[in-house]
Amino acid sequence: MKKHANVFANEITCEFILMMIIKIERRFMLELKDICFERNDRKILNHINLKLDTGKFYVITGPNGSGKSTLAKIIMGIEKPDSGTILLNGEDITNKAIDERAKMGIGFAFQQPVQFKGITVYDLLKLATNKELSKKEACDILSKVGLCAIEYVDREVDRSLSGGELKRIEIATVMARKPYIAIFDEPEAGIDLWSFQNLTEVFKEIGATSQGTTLVISHQERILNVADEIILLGQGTIQKVGAKEEVFDHIFKPKKCGKEVAPCE
Amino acid sequence: MNKEDKELLEEVVGEDPTKADSYNIRKNGKGIDRKVNPNINIAPKENNSGIDVYVKDDTLFGTVNIPVIITESGLTDVVYNDFHIGKNANIIIVAGCGISNNGHWDARHDGIHRFYLEEGAKVKYIERHCGLGVGDGKRVLNPVTEIYMKKGSYMVMDTTQIKGVDDTIRTTKAKLEEDTTLVITEKILTSNDQQAKTEFEVELKGENASTHVTSRSVATDDSYQEFISNITGNTKCYAHVECDAIIKGNGKVKAVPEIYAKNVDANLIHEAAIGKIAGEQLMKLMSLGLSEKEAEDVIINGFLK
Repeated sequence: MKKHANVFANEITCEFILMMIIKIERRFMLELKDICFERNDRKILNHINLKLDTGKFYVITGPNGSGKSTLAKIIMGIEKPDSGTILLNGEDITNKAIDERAKMGIGFAFQQPVQFKGITVYDLLKLATNKELSKKEACDILSKVGLCAIEYVDREVDRSLSGGELKRIEIATVMARKPYIAIFDEPEAGIDLWSFQNLTEVFKEIGATSQGTTLVISHQERILNVADEIILLGQGTIQKVGAKEEVFDHIFKPKKCGKEVAPCE
Repeated sequence: MNKEDKELLEEVVGEDPTKADSYNIRKNGKGIDRKVNPNINIAPKENNSGIDVYVKDDTLFGTVNIPVIITESGLTDVVYNDFHIGKNANIIIVAGCGISNNGHWDARHDGIHRFYLEEGAKVKYIERHCGLGVGDGKRVLNPVTEIYMKKGSYMVMDTTQIKGVDDTIRTTKAKLEEDTTLVITEKILTSNDQQAKTEFEVELKGENASTHVTSRSVATDDSYQEFISNITGNTKCYAHVECDAIIKGNGKVKAVPEIYAKNVDANLIHEAAIGKIAGEQLMKLMSLGLSEKEAEDVIINGFLK
């Protein structure tokens, strides 16, 4: 009888642990609370509240000037909000510097890739992975973003590379880090149409395999198609969060200006 | 030559100079070791005032290593080294000066190097300068380089002055005849209250002569640097001068470009950019997990690599 009780107790323990695991997995990785950011008397972000789940692929979209990039930069620590709180796994990171956030697992691909005189692609990938990286491993990372790796690995990350090449290298540095939260600020900007299909595949793969959270700022329908959830920003506020269909309905439904009008009018 | 001398030599030339095909080692104003070969002769000038290096026509893949070290505080060493490079010879010359000053007096080396390239000669000239030692006497280096290039010759000049030199005035003058190319790359780092002045004067005399001058410099603390370039194009020719400087702390850099086209087919370009480390560069590296200080070091080391 006592033995049975033990088994019962064990089952309860297992179930409890399982529940905890599920709970941990469902835990919000990143939370923005009441974020405000104002410059030159313009409210760029106006009371933003957002929770990003782990394992999901998010796309932020919205018109130019809606605050998308600012929001991404605030998560990385490149910009500081005027008010509000940023929580990573419940820890307040609002006042943490960029490098501290990087070490906590946030990665960021800049919209305008940064150039460095005298620093090679290989150097940059080594810094990104923070370990002894073999040339072969570096080449594998570059191949993922569609660069014929061996031709690039020893080149300097300077203006001798085209905009599209720099952009792919920028994306590669973030992929190399395997961050818990990977942010890509308009990855398609500056990449030609032919290569873009290839890039979409890259993001599909990230979406399918990443254990962490992916946040991409994009206007491209092909990238929107990959998203688990789309966050629509407008005039510094979140207009809608949801699956593609819901958000598209919201974007394209006729606006009311006293009377029903078609969107193109 | 003692252990310190060997270390200083390694610091200057980055390798054991006695491994070269031919070499001449000068210490405190006197030649102390020399090796020549059938193609490369090194002849001392009178009164220890320098050497003449003769490279025979058609010599291929020769190396000449001529380091200078100064370990005496208060010494001023002036040396004239002339290089006579024969037709179609292809040669690497490594020169440099290391001053280790542990005393109160200034130690100074003025190397005047003249290169005479015959037709079709190819020279790669590598020059490194550094200052070491804990004394409060200054380490002063004033190199002068003169280059005379005959038809079809080619020269690369690669100079580096990374640390410890308190005061330097570098002068480089070149005259280029037909179908010649001169590529100069200069890297300078100054710190504390060091001063460095560098002056280029290149005259493109012959048709299709071309030159590329790249200067990368970093001025930190209270140091001061001046970059002056003066390029004259007399005929159909091409010149590209690029002066790129990073300033930190109270570092100051002045760039004075002068390009003078005397012919409608002369194509002369000067680019100069001075500024602090770009904020985006720091932010990018910090987003890869580097601290601000680590990021600065990576940027500067890469820039001067």
